Amino acid sequence: MPRITITVDGTTYEEDVEPRLLLVHLLRERLGKTGTPIGCDTSNCGACTVMLDGKSAKSCSVLAVQADGSDVVTIEGLGTNGSMHPMQRAFHEEHALQCGYCTPGMVMAAIDLLRDDPEPSEETIRHGLEGNLCRCTGYCNIVRAVRRGAQDMGRAVSAS
Amino acid sequence: MTVQEIGRPRRRKEDARLLTGRTQWTDNLSRPGLLYVAFLRSPMAHARITGVDVSGARDLPGVVAAFSGQDFAAEQGSLPCAWPVSPDIVIPDHPPMAVSEVRYVGEAVACVIATDRYRAADALEAIEVDYEPLPAVLDMRQALTSDSPKVHEAGNKAFSVKINSGDIEAAFRDAPVVIDRTYVQQRLIPSAMEPRAVLADTDGDAFTLWSATQIPHVLRVMLAVVTGIPEHKIRVIAPDVGGGFGSKLQVTAEEVLCLLLARRLGRPVKWTESRSEGNLTVHHGRDQLQHIRLAAESDGRIRGLQVDLLADMGAYLMLVTPGVPMLGAAMFNAIYKMDAYEFGCTGVFTTKMPTDAYRGAGRPEATFGIERVMDELAVRLDLDPVEVRRRNWIRHDEFPYTTISGLTYDSGNYEAATDKALSLFGYDKLRAEQADRRDRGDPVQLGIGVSTYTEMCGLAPSRMLGEASYAAGGWEHGSVRMLPTGKVEVITGTSPHGQGHVTSWSQIVADALGVPFDDVTVLHGDTAIAHKGMDTYGSRSLVVGGIAVFKACEKVKDKARKLAAHMLECSPDDLEFQAGAFKVRGTDAQKTIQELAYAAFTAHDLPDGVEARLDSEATFDPENYSFPHGTHLCAVEVDTETGMAKIRSYVAVDDIGKVVNPLIVEGQLHGGIAQGIAQALFEEAVYDAEGNLLTTTMADYLLPSAADLPGFTLDRTESPATSNPLGVKGVGEAGTIASTPAVVNAIVDALRPRGVNDVQMPCTPERIWRALEDRAQEGARR
Repeated sequence: MPRITITVDGTTYEEDVEPRLLLVHLLRERLGKTGTPIGCDTSNCGACTVMLDGKSAKSCSVLAVQADGSDVVTIEGLGTNGSMHPMQRAFHEEHALQCGYCTPGMVMAAIDLLRDDPEPSEETIRHGLEGNLCRCTGYCNIVRAVRRGAQDMGRAVSAS
Repeated sequence: MTVQEIGRPRRRKEDARLLTGRTQWTDNLSRPGLLYVAFLRSPMAHARITGVDVSGARDLPGVVAAFSGQDFAAEQGSLPCAWPVSPDIVIPDHPPMAVSEVRYVGEAVACVIATDRYRAADALEAIEVDYEPLPAVLDMRQALTSDSPKVHEAGNKAFSVKINSGDIEAAFRDAPVVIDRTYVQQRLIPSAMEPRAVLADTDGDAFTLWSATQIPHVLRVMLAVVTGIPEHKIRVIAPDVGGGFGSKLQVTAEEVLCLLLARRLGRPVKWTESRSEGNLTVHHGRDQLQHIRLAAESDGRIRGLQVDLLADMGAYLMLVTPGVPMLGAAMFNAIYKMDAYEFGCTGVFTTKMPTDAYRGAGRPEATFGIERVMDELAVRLDLDPVEVRRRNWIRHDEFPYTTISGLTYDSGNYEAATDKALSLFGYDKLRAEQADRRDRGDPVQLGIGVSTYTEMCGLAPSRMLGEASYAAGGWEHGSVRMLPTGKVEVITGTSPHGQGHVTSWSQIVADALGVPFDDVTVLHGDTAIAHKGMDTYGSRSLVVGGIAVFKACEKVKDKARKLAAHMLECSPDDLEFQAGAFKVRGTDAQKTIQELAYAAFTAHDLPDGVEARLDSEATFDPENYSFPHGTHLCAVEVDTETGMAKIRSYVAVDDIGKVVNPLIVEGQLHGGIAQGIAQALFEEAVYDAEGNLLTTTMADYLLPSAADLPGFTLDRTESPATSNPLGVKGVGEAGTIASTPAVVNAIVDALRPRGVNDVQMPCTPERIWRALEDRAQEGARR
């Protein structure tokens, strides 16, 4: 069985994995990182989105062996010093989650889309989140939250 | 000065956990020695099982056991149907694992239990099943013909019901206008984002079952009935549940089998479905053929309405399968006055996944039918669609109003909601633009859709459920206990899965007891904690469960008043309750509710007849359904060259009475509207001619993304409900019920000049384009 080294939310793990093991199953079942859920088996829903070396990736579409040597950030490792990331706070403020199942992936995708466009329009946000499905919110408040998160992140950057 | 909590847009208490991944989805949970279950499912729509050999699977590494349906035939019972809508209904035996015959693709025929989920899935390939194919039954009308193959020995008709009110023949006799239409309510896949999951464990005597369910309490009763395991030995927990929309209002084969597997193996077992497994086997929604006839006067006033439904039950009757179309029985007449009404419904068996409740359950179908027909009436009489509705709806000064189908609507104001919606929408301006585009022959035509809906929700008065042959009551339970330190623990029988009950119930309690919002916690979803409950569906939680919590608070206050009077040495009547304290009128003497909670805890000096601890509980059984209503307006641009329909603006003015948390209400409406739009434009469960489901994945079943939907403009009017002390109405399903006809009416409105008067849902570009082509070719032939 191949041995991989992977850093998840700041902790480095060495794991022996079957070549077919999906990254999301490694996270959930081996490392106890159950904050990242699974919503489908065709990489359509995006619930399992994590940051893989700084870019969003659907962890159901990555083999654990492909993530060897990578740095993974999940929703559990997004906040700092016990406080939420501005995007998480924005989702709370704008009531951008109901059941919360799509939320980890949605937050990750939202942060990722701001790398390309720190001040996105509504249309940019809607297209940027196309790969993440939500069945509860109708997306209205998610769009608002991403805008608010973008502003708050912008402010945090200019203040530092 | 205490701020009123009810009506405040409180941010949710639920969010922090969900936003940081500290979640308790069923699939996150584990137990020592956990085993994983995988099911082998039928690849045939209809076949006799002539042999199942699981021995190949048993020999594989990591496999602990493998079983066929035959192995559980003696103990697995039959999955329940709790709603026998007619005395002669046919309720076929429904084994959780098929034993001798399969009747839809996806039906479980065998299972493997292994040490991890990969090995369990691998081992399914080593099971051999011999099938003798039988003919699939897919079309409802054909299924009812005498030479159709049968799904069940008793035939393909599950039930047939007819309800009459008024003289329907007289209404149609010599009617100046008769509209006659047939509409298809396509089959939908509810698609909650969290797939189903079940974990069952036993200590050898008692059982605990964790499930992604909306109904832990109902499930517990039903598991006992189906398996024979005594009810008091079963505990059901619904941990975090990721959406339901009716799809988790079910007693499933997998729940029953996991429980029995835990018993058989004496070990904890878990099953989590894949999405493609879920699309096959989570109950589907809708699927009706509606024949609607409407008779009217030449001024547009409705004389009578005749509805004849065929409702696809699928292969079996599940928990409320036959009740779903019957919920529409009282809803086709909607907000309109008429002299006569006839409703007929036949439930038909086919070799497809059973249907059951999906957001709105029966009311979206009914609302679609009547709202489409109202538009046809407007066109026939050359009236504005709003005007034809205005001429027929119940006026605000006529409430309470008993409708032709026998329900009494307690309150509403259709005029106010509609006027507000028209003005927000800019109705006249959009009509002018529409006329202009028509005149110019613009390839992009503008359509305007109107939907003025009401619905019956807040299920339900137990007496009325009894009259409708439903096997349970509709009450709800709440407990409120003041803890010694003055904090409040609330236990609710509702089982939220995204609705924010913890937040809303905290607001209700904060106001009722005069305690801080942050001092309230709400427990739910565990039959060992919430010992009574009827769970969450049918937009019932606030209007039944929230009221039970409110009533429990009133009882807590009654007890606190007696104790305060004793401590302050006055009569209870001399006390007034204000900002969380009982004050002796005209003095400074007072006891806060927290002081009283502590005194009731120490119990050192209680008055006669007052027991220790400041707590109470209440059940609430509503006297009537809840009747939210509203007006939804949709503007759609239809490209007549490509068939592409794009929603340009969407305005919804809803009246749900008093609002506890406007933020949560807005969220419910947003999501509800989106789901209704999804039915209009995108979603359809498609079976091929052999009965294979073609839409087994999210790549094939088109759920709308953010890029597919517009923003919505929402507003409210407020006609408080008179059937509960908070004046609240249900809101969980309203958006879905209203939006589907608004969108389709808009599309058809755009295409009217080209002779199109219907487009079958989902109104895909291809369907719209074909509808235009068909009319163009007919025109050319003439």
